[in-house]
Amino acid sequence: MSILVDKNTKVITQGITGATGLFHTRAAVEYGTQVVGGVTPGKGGTEIDGIPVFNTVKEAVEKTGANASVIYVAPPFAADAIMEAVDAELDLVICITEGIPVLDMVKVKRYMEGKKTKLIGPNCPGVITPGQCKIGIMPGYIHTPGKVGIVSRSGTLTYEAVHQTTTRGIGQSTAVGIGGDPVKGMEFIDVLKLFNEDPDTEAVIMIGEIGGTAEEEAAEWIAANMKKPVVAFIGGQTAPPGKRMGHAGAIISGGKGTAAEKIAKLESCGIRVAKTPAVIGETLVEVLKERGLLDKVMTK
Amino acid sequence: MNIHEYQGKEILKQYGVKVPEGRVAFTVDEAVEAAKELGTEVVVVKAQIHAGGRGKAGGVKVAKNLDEVRKYAQELLGKVLVTHQTGPEGKEVKRLLIEQGCDIKKEYYVGLVVDRSTGRVVMMGSEEGGTEIEEVAAKTPEKIFKEVIDPLTGLNAFQARRLAYNINIPKELVNKAANFMMSLYKAFVDKDCSIAEINPLVVTGDGEVMALDAKLNFDSNALFRHPEIVALRDLDEEDEKEIEASKYGLSYIALDGNIGCMVNGAGLAMSTMDIVKFYGGEPANFLDVGGGATEEKVTEAFKIILRDKNVKGIFVNIFGGIMRCDVIANGIINAAKQIKLDKPLVVRLEGTNVDLGKKLLSESGLNIIAADSMADGAQKIVSLVK
Repeated sequence: MSILVDKNTKVITQGITGATGLFHTRAAVEYGTQVVGGVTPGKGGTEIDGIPVFNTVKEAVEKTGANASVIYVAPPFAADAIMEAVDAELDLVICITEGIPVLDMVKVKRYMEGKKTKLIGPNCPGVITPGQCKIGIMPGYIHTPGKVGIVSRSGTLTYEAVHQTTTRGIGQSTAVGIGGDPVKGMEFIDVLKLFNEDPDTEAVIMIGEIGGTAEEEAAEWIAANMKKPVVAFIGGQTAPPGKRMGHAGAIISGGKGTAAEKIAKLESCGIRVAKTPAVIGETLVEVLKERGLLDKVMTK
Repeated sequence: MNIHEYQGKEILKQYGVKVPEGRVAFTVDEAVEAAKELGTEVVVVKAQIHAGGRGKAGGVKVAKNLDEVRKYAQELLGKVLVTHQTGPEGKEVKRLLIEQGCDIKKEYYVGLVVDRSTGRVVMMGSEEGGTEIEEVAAKTPEKIFKEVIDPLTGLNAFQARRLAYNINIPKELVNKAANFMMSLYKAFVDKDCSIAEINPLVVTGDGEVMALDAKLNFDSNALFRHPEIVALRDLDEEDEKEIEASKYGLSYIALDGNIGCMVNGAGLAMSTMDIVKFYGGEPANFLDVGGGATEEKVTEAFKIILRDKNVKGIFVNIFGGIMRCDVIANGIINAAKQIKLDKPLVVRLEGTNVDLGKKLLSESGLNIIAADSMADGAQKIVSLVK
């Protein structure tokens, strides 16, 4: 049906009493997500909108049976919040917070080694399985349940892709924003593997941007392993070198990580790349038609 | 965030990384005074700007006496240096580093970066000191050696020694070099650096291992815990519009074109520049107003875009998710009125309450051109500024 989250996912919000945490928790509840608790140290024992608040993640998990967490904690404390969620053995942690020091994330990744928890983000919009579960800051109503998986380093570009598919009668299985930081949880390949194995995902849209080599690595992995068509878009073709383009990870350094290199690599691996952000949906339709998959993917 | 070489060296010194004795000078007299204090026969006069390639651009001079120090200081202060990193407009030299000369036997390269694929800090070394590491990587990649560092232990002594042996540091100096590397790593982590490059690291005639140059960049996400680094910021080295934008929480980067762009979200902002270019236009900037684009933010964003005299038209590209399109439309209308916008403005709105947003724009009485799609908007603004 989907990857990472579905109607059975039980979520807690870390930082539920903050303005951002509460706003998006309410939107998630309204969408139908099972938000079973929240964590704010010092506010344990209280309730907010009828949702119980706990002092620690461990206690929240024990009392509610939560298996996922979403983090809206301020940057100085966010790395600690991720590690607390990992320690409580949650299956999935989604960190929305933007602005975490990169060396904090280096420690977090080391801490996570050998542990069961999957991390999405930080600095990401979150994960949504349309009609079932929305965890994060994306606008729920633009999504439609369907068969196209989306994985992206950018928030608003993900919404663009979702919108362009929905308006063409194509729904999404799950949309995953992996985030714009250089050191993060799941990378493209990790998410692509899940989509590849998901029986209800028929095709994937992958949205990358300048900086690093994750798109190139994904291109090689796709060429060798992916059973389903993948359409890509790469942002930042006009970005000047050495400048951080909003996202901490979107920077061309030492002449490496350019959009041109990424596009060339993707195309050489047989992956169709949308020429502009306006034609991501159109490019997907083209590829689906060629493969005779369009009817299968169209939402009835 | 970047700092000057002399500031970087002061930080490294605190961690026991050996650097030549030096003083910063803002005037010619200060430069001569600094040279006197240093007391060595040969001193080096180094232009301090936030860019590499200063040596090749004539920004580093070796003076054999105080008269030469005066001469070079006069020559360099106020001079605009153009290096491969400054862009064609160059950067004006306002500060000098006056440093003791040293007897260089051989030059090496040592650098630290955060490696994305491993999620770890990596130390790189090469015996091709003095050359750009990118150039070494392209021509002789076999001469670059790497040590991936576990954050739990830090750079281990054996790793530092191994790197020193690999880059052919003289055997008798390997331990000194290893200590140098471990101190450098400690400084990198303590100060939340994003890059630390010592190019060149030198071994000297009297058996020292020293940082002859130092480039430290800092993770801007970590500045909240380093007021001492923030204090080193040199606003002369930054774009005025970028400084202004950062005050309002806007992410802005100046470019060379004539189409101002205002977008929400970094990825969409980058892609908006791309689509403008795709239809034959040239973007004047990258500007991300963020998810919560308030009216105040939109107004400031317009002002910043218009401070760029090259701008002939503005393209607003907003996907209203959490932020409703009607709120954004009102922000745009009020901002345009407030600043008496007299240049073509194309607005593409999509998302929550889009119809209401479009209606507000068309009924505003302002000369706002509504676009049906991102592609339509890009084409319209490109044709309007031609």
